[in-house]
Amino acid sequence: MSTISVQDHGVHHHDGHGHDDHGHHHDTFLTKYIFSQDHKMIAKQFLITGITMAVIAMILSILFRIQLAYPDKAFPLMETLLGRFAPNGRLDPGFFLSLVTIHGTIMVFFVLTAGLSGTFSNLLIPLQVGARDMASPFMNMLSYWFFFLASVIMLASFFIEKGPASGGWTIYPPLSALPKAMKGSDLGMTLWLISMVFFIASSLLGGINYVSTILNMRTKGMDLWKMPLTIWAFFLTAILGVLAFPVLVAGVVLLIFDRSFGTSFYLSEIVLNGKVMPFEGGSPILFQHLFWFLGHPEVYIVIMPALGISSEIIATNSRKPIFGYHAMVYSLIGITVLSFIVWGHHMFVTGMNPFLGGVFMITTLIIAVPSAVKTFNYLATLWRGNIRFTPAMLFAIGLVSFFISGGLTGIFLGNAALDINLHDTYFVVAHFHLVMGSAAIFGMLAGVYHWFPRMFGKMMDDRLGYLHFWLTFIGAYLVFFPMHFMGLDGVPRRYYAFTEFESMSRWLSVNTFITWAAIMSALAQVAFLFNFIYSIFFGKKAPMNPWNSNTMEWTAPVEHLHGNWPGEIPTVYRWPYDYSKPGAEEDFIPQTVPLSETMSSNQEHDFEDNEIGLEAHKQWIAANRKNEEVK
Amino acid sequence: MMAQIQHDTDRQNLGAKKFAMWIFIFCSFMLFAAFSSGFIVYSGGKGHGLNVALPKAFLYSTIIIALSSVTMFLASKAANAMDHAKQQLYTILTIVLGLGFLGMQVYGWYVMTYQMQVFLTDPNASRSFVYVITFMHLLHILGGIIFLLFALGGSIKRIPQVKNIYRMDMSAIFWHFLDIVWIYLYVFLLLNSN
Repeated sequence: MSTISVQDHGVHHHDGHGHDDHGHHHDTFLTKYIFSQDHKMIAKQFLITGITMAVIAMILSILFRIQLAYPDKAFPLMETLLGRFAPNGRLDPGFFLSLVTIHGTIMVFFVLTAGLSGTFSNLLIPLQVGARDMASPFMNMLSYWFFFLASVIMLASFFIEKGPASGGWTIYPPLSALPKAMKGSDLGMTLWLISMVFFIASSLLGGINYVSTILNMRTKGMDLWKMPLTIWAFFLTAILGVLAFPVLVAGVVLLIFDRSFGTSFYLSEIVLNGKVMPFEGGSPILFQHLFWFLGHPEVYIVIMPALGISSEIIATNSRKPIFGYHAMVYSLIGITVLSFIVWGHHMFVTGMNPFLGGVFMITTLIIAVPSAVKTFNYLATLWRGNIRFTPAMLFAIGLVSFFISGGLTGIFLGNAALDINLHDTYFVVAHFHLVMGSAAIFGMLAGVYHWFPRMFGKMMDDRLGYLHFWLTFIGAYLVFFPMHFMGLDGVPRRYYAFTEFESMSRWLSVNTFITWAAIMSALAQVAFLFNFIYSIFFGKKAPMNPWNSNTMEWTAPVEHLHGNWPGEIPTVYRWPYDYSKPGAEEDFIPQTVPLSETMSSNQEHDFEDNEIGLEAHKQWIAANRKNEEVK
Repeated sequence: MMAQIQHDTDRQNLGAKKFAMWIFIFCSFMLFAAFSSGFIVYSGGKGHGLNVALPKAFLYSTIIIALSSVTMFLASKAANAMDHAKQQLYTILTIVLGLGFLGMQVYGWYVMTYQMQVFLTDPNASRSFVYVITFMHLLHILGGIIFLLFALGGSIKRIPQVKNIYRMDMSAIFWHFLDIVWIYLYVFLLLNSN
């Protein structure tokens, strides 16, 4: 019996291969869920790994927030949980620095670079441009597994004797270049570097794939100016990554040589534990140049996908075309180009020539222009829209809010003179946590709520989504807004306790308040996690196009196919933002609907390079006018 | 009909993959651009000039890699003409020249360290840069040799011509790039050697 069924199976497979031009019919558990080469599965892998890393990084932040709120109190539970990292229930000062470092590293790289770009570029690029899969599915798979390996190595550093790296996420030498400088400069730092090497490999494999897919594998009719803004954002993000990450590689290679082979690229005359070190003539500023040449584009790698995602969600849920589509694209391009010539604003106080500082100040402030264009376009899209407040929409609006309130302080910080006062204070912490931290996380969450039906074929629960949104939105402002005032008062970042300093100890009550707000927003994430996991298994089944959206991913069947569309890939005839077009029967017209099927809503500018179409349109108008006169 | 579609999508995918190689080259270019600008920033400091006459070995290796580009070109030409024997011969020659380049670079390090007393751990890191830059380039050469071995294996196994050409093209794009990058690096170091 069993033999027969096996044989039957075999015959079926054979048939499948004969008739289907793109099938992986021999999917085993291993090739379907583990070493999958299907972009949709890889997107889910990225998302779930990213969420896991985000939860870990969030817990780390709560740990150091508790220390900041109660610097003199012992929590026996801490010792139970953390062992030698919290002797007598009080956080070890070295471990506090490790927590800050790893929280930053995980959030910037593992969550908001890999988790955000990895998830949504993988999911949406092939589906929205109309491709069967990525240019190289194999490289795509490697990209995920390098990322996974990097995550494991990064987390493994918590289980070694001296603990994780603790020189800050920017790993400035000399702390990072001298293994004996402090506990966190030893094996933990080595693991950090190894992990980042894999991470960069993963990012590059991914980024190369995204660019190649977008430029080479668009479906018929999908010219660049018909691409959704999500795709534009992912495309430019990938270009940024491809150009910026190699520079970090160069910086890290030199750092590894300094650490392990005794060169002095970054190390100058230095005395360590009373011993004069043999290094000479190196320049730690060189590392900062190399690091921030990546580091600044990196913050745009973080925020641009979130901006793209929210463009799409805001247009869809305002039932209006995005305001200023071309302006949106050009401002993304502007941000991309400018992001390479502003890195010096991280180094205003390194003894930089004031003239050079002035140049970097000007380029930095110019970035405000495209950013403001985007902000105004979001607001103009919302203006008098027929807004549907889905959870995704709320998160997208939340992004706009954070982008404005965090972006405003960027104008202060970009100023070379003001930066002397504000540098390395909580003002900086407040600024980037709002403008790139919260904003990008909100973009990511908006994307999860919006494309969850596409990923898992189920709907998420709306009410839990609203609860999640409001608690997180209010919580994030309560956490980060007070930090501005601390920063203005000169409270420095990364300090273990402020009680030792007369001038800062009065901020203790504010720190306590911030910590409780942080705990509240952390607990709010439980609502999300529950909603996410529960909906995967027991959510309402999703229809094919739950948000009445125009883009192509909603024309593919809910059940995932390797190859995305069962038959031919649909052709694209129009831009993705035909919402509430006057004269149309419904308030959305998908990109795959030809103009000939929507005669009543066509406008003259729909036929820019299309003489025959324009002729037909004019005839139809003439005929239609006559009818109206008869009426 | 289906076979035709299959063929078309495959071809398109190969095109996209080849394009990915070009993007990777941009990536790689940025890496070496970062090293050279790092060098410029560093050697701009007081007393940080290189002040080393580069060993002759680097000149010889430049000649070797330039030659290997010629054999690479001949191998591609043979592959396009479906002349498998010639293709394999020239590919093997390219690999041998690549290994020769590798050996010559290592010999260059030997000369620098043991005869010129210019060490990797020199307090003047401009000199360390010479080692690091050549080392990173050699890593790329190793990658290039792996590509070439793939192309050679494909040709020996007589894989379909489309794939054979694809593998040859991938290796050729990368190999010529490595050649050009080395010439750039060599000239860059020469110009900055005082």
